Amino acid sequence: MDFGLSEEQVMLKTSARDFLEKECPKKHVRQMMDDEKGYSPELWKKMADLGWQGLVFPEQYGGVGSSFLDLAVLLEEMGRALVPGPFLSTIVHCGRPIDLFGTEEQKKAYLPGIASGESIFTLAYTEINGGLGAKDIATTAKLSGQDFIIDGTKMFIADAHIADYFLCVTRTGGHPDSEEGVSLFLVNARSEGIEVKVLKTITGEKLCEVVFKGVKVPRNAILGEQGKGWRIMRRILDEAEVAESAWMSGGARWVLETCIDYACKRIQFGVPIGSFQAIQHKCANMAVEVEGATSVTYYAAWAVAENDPQLTLAASTAKAWCSEAYKHAAIEGIQIHGGIGYTWDHDMHLYLKRAKSSEVAFGDADYHRERVATLMNI
Amino acid sequence: MDFSYSPKEEAFRQEVKDWLAIHLKELPKWWRNPEVPGPEIDSEEYHQFSLWWHKKLYDAGFVGIAWPKEYGGRGATVLEQVVYNEEMAKARAPGGANGLGIGWAGPTIMAYGTEEQKKRFLPRILSAEDHWCQGFSEPEAGSDLANVQTRAVEDGDYYIVNGQKVWTTGGHYADWAILLVRTDPTAPKHKGLTYLLLDMHLPGVTVRPLRQITGHAEFNEVFLDNVRIPKSLQIGETNRGWYIAVGTLAFERSALATTVQRENTLKDIIAMARKMEQYGRPVIDNPLIRQKLAQFYIDISVLKYTGLRSLTGQLRGERPGPEVLVVNLFGTELNLRMEELAMQLQGPYSRLMRGSKYAVENGQWQFSFLGARGTSIASGTLEIKRNVIAERGLGLPRATR
Repeated sequence: MDFGLSEEQVMLKTSARDFLEKECPKKHVRQMMDDEKGYSPELWKKMADLGWQGLVFPEQYGGVGSSFLDLAVLLEEMGRALVPGPFLSTIVHCGRPIDLFGTEEQKKAYLPGIASGESIFTLAYTEINGGLGAKDIATTAKLSGQDFIIDGTKMFIADAHIADYFLCVTRTGGHPDSEEGVSLFLVNARSEGIEVKVLKTITGEKLCEVVFKGVKVPRNAILGEQGKGWRIMRRILDEAEVAESAWMSGGARWVLETCIDYACKRIQFGVPIGSFQAIQHKCANMAVEVEGATSVTYYAAWAVAENDPQLTLAASTAKAWCSEAYKHAAIEGIQIHGGIGYTWDHDMHLYLKRAKSSEVAFGDADYHRERVATLMNI
Repeated sequence: MDFSYSPKEEAFRQEVKDWLAIHLKELPKWWRNPEVPGPEIDSEEYHQFSLWWHKKLYDAGFVGIAWPKEYGGRGATVLEQVVYNEEMAKARAPGGANGLGIGWAGPTIMAYGTEEQKKRFLPRILSAEDHWCQGFSEPEAGSDLANVQTRAVEDGDYYIVNGQKVWTTGGHYADWAILLVRTDPTAPKHKGLTYLLLDMHLPGVTVRPLRQITGHAEFNEVFLDNVRIPKSLQIGETNRGWYIAVGTLAFERSALATTVQRENTLKDIIAMARKMEQYGRPVIDNPLIRQKLAQFYIDISVLKYTGLRSLTGQLRGERPGPEVLVVNLFGTELNLRMEELAMQLQGPYSRLMRGSKYAVENGQWQFSFLGARGTSIASGTLEIKRNVIAERGLGLPRATR
């Protein structure tokens, strides 16, 4: 019985924190908010040199061969540093399903580029109605000769403007409400008929509208089997929820530590505000939520790594908890900091905004509680 | 990370399961079925029932699992204790007697007592030959525990003790008490306290029952009138009692997670929700109720895995972090929320109690709801627990209270 990080994982965590404090200070995060690309290719390259993009992929495809739990530890630190860029979309939302469900040919074609930091991928999934179910996929892929033709509009697609490839979720058949008939395609982003518009977001993340108009893709661009894509999608969602949870739990811990630090230093009524029970209890509540976030995230990441049958339940549990923990922490974080917390100059608002963005990514707490209820058979 | 247990621990788990398979059958019907009338929890009959079950556990070697053999324990590991607690909770078996002796007095004597004290008291604690209660709280020393006023004055080899203790659970049948007394009234309040062991049968000790919110009288006030306690029953140094008392409370706070009990409660609540209707509809279909039930599942996961992180730290011999304190606060509050939903599900019937016609499950939830309110106060109010998390767990400056 041991539910703690290994020495190697602690080392990964420490070295990631040191690296990001140096290479990704808040000044950089703020620059990227206004930057057209929204990420720094130099930093991206340095991360790849450290093996981060390749961390979870097998060595034969240029990866490091580490576990998803190791990745979760790294993601906590990236979430803490608010690292701008297409890491989650490339590694978790696209690279992982290629590794798990791709053909040997596909793995050879795409994974080395992902691991080396050359290729950027993103998942073209949600649409105008923002829904997360198979019934919400209205984008179609129709067979025409040896090719499929994709038509539809995808929304809130992270980093689509810089992506080299999309993993596009389409309907190739079946009843519109059915999980049958969903197919996933690996689409070259430079294909004719793709139009990307960057939306202006509260976080400065580059979420995009992506219009597919008569986009031609070859048959062998299907990931998995035609019409059987929802099974892959289910796994992508599980892993995306866990990854987002790790990201959130890291951010929430920064908020907690920053609040503790401030509450020890800020003097009002002649004493540090951290000696007031009103502030102490806010911090204690935050600690409950942040420690809980770490616990359920590690468990869910373990469940991914071990292919545990409880994975889906563990992922929804983590996403429901972390969505609220991060948001509550950031809201209280601003309150504890008072006027300075409301300013643009203080970093707290960056975390509040990210918390609100992560909260709705892949389903908010209400959504996941209903999923948990269903998975509990109630 | 590794959630598996060693073959030794698994063998012990099997031993506990095998034992339960035989002995659970001997439990009275009222233990499992709330519809069967049983004794009131503050009755002599209930006390005798606890002792009867305790003896079985003790004879099986299940009391004091991680205590050294020389003091009557099993000499097994912390993890074997974890396994045992888990299996007993899964089987919904009664806990046995003398919880305060085993959970508080024993570990304190083991950590701070003399060899003579250990040999004298520890084996009798485990066997429940001696029943223990706690004499910390006073009318003027609740959350401000260091404000203890009970005076102990030296008289040769004795202390002469005068004062009053309160909220003394089990005081009416206790043989011994752990006692916090003031030995130096001139010192700052934390630095003038001494930790003693009190023989409850001494002349001058008067126990009066106090009736609780549930109508039962499990706790008491204890009056001490010129009670002569030999100095050989002092634990630790004179005027260092506060620090030992804080240690005693820490034993309680690090008590193993109550995850399985919460899982059992959730199962019971879901089973009840399936039977209940409100406003002409099954309660279980109400989306707001579904959200709450799912949140309980999520909360139990938080409790479980935070508890396991805390246990891992303990097994690795690491300094306890805030997660240890967090588990205690969160687990207590979770239970309170669950009890409240259990009442809510019953709608107008939630007002009916044990013995009434139409009472849901013979009023067991009314009893547990009211009883649970005590957990938000006993052994540190929820507010004090938050202070402790903030100051000891997070390192915030001490409050001026």
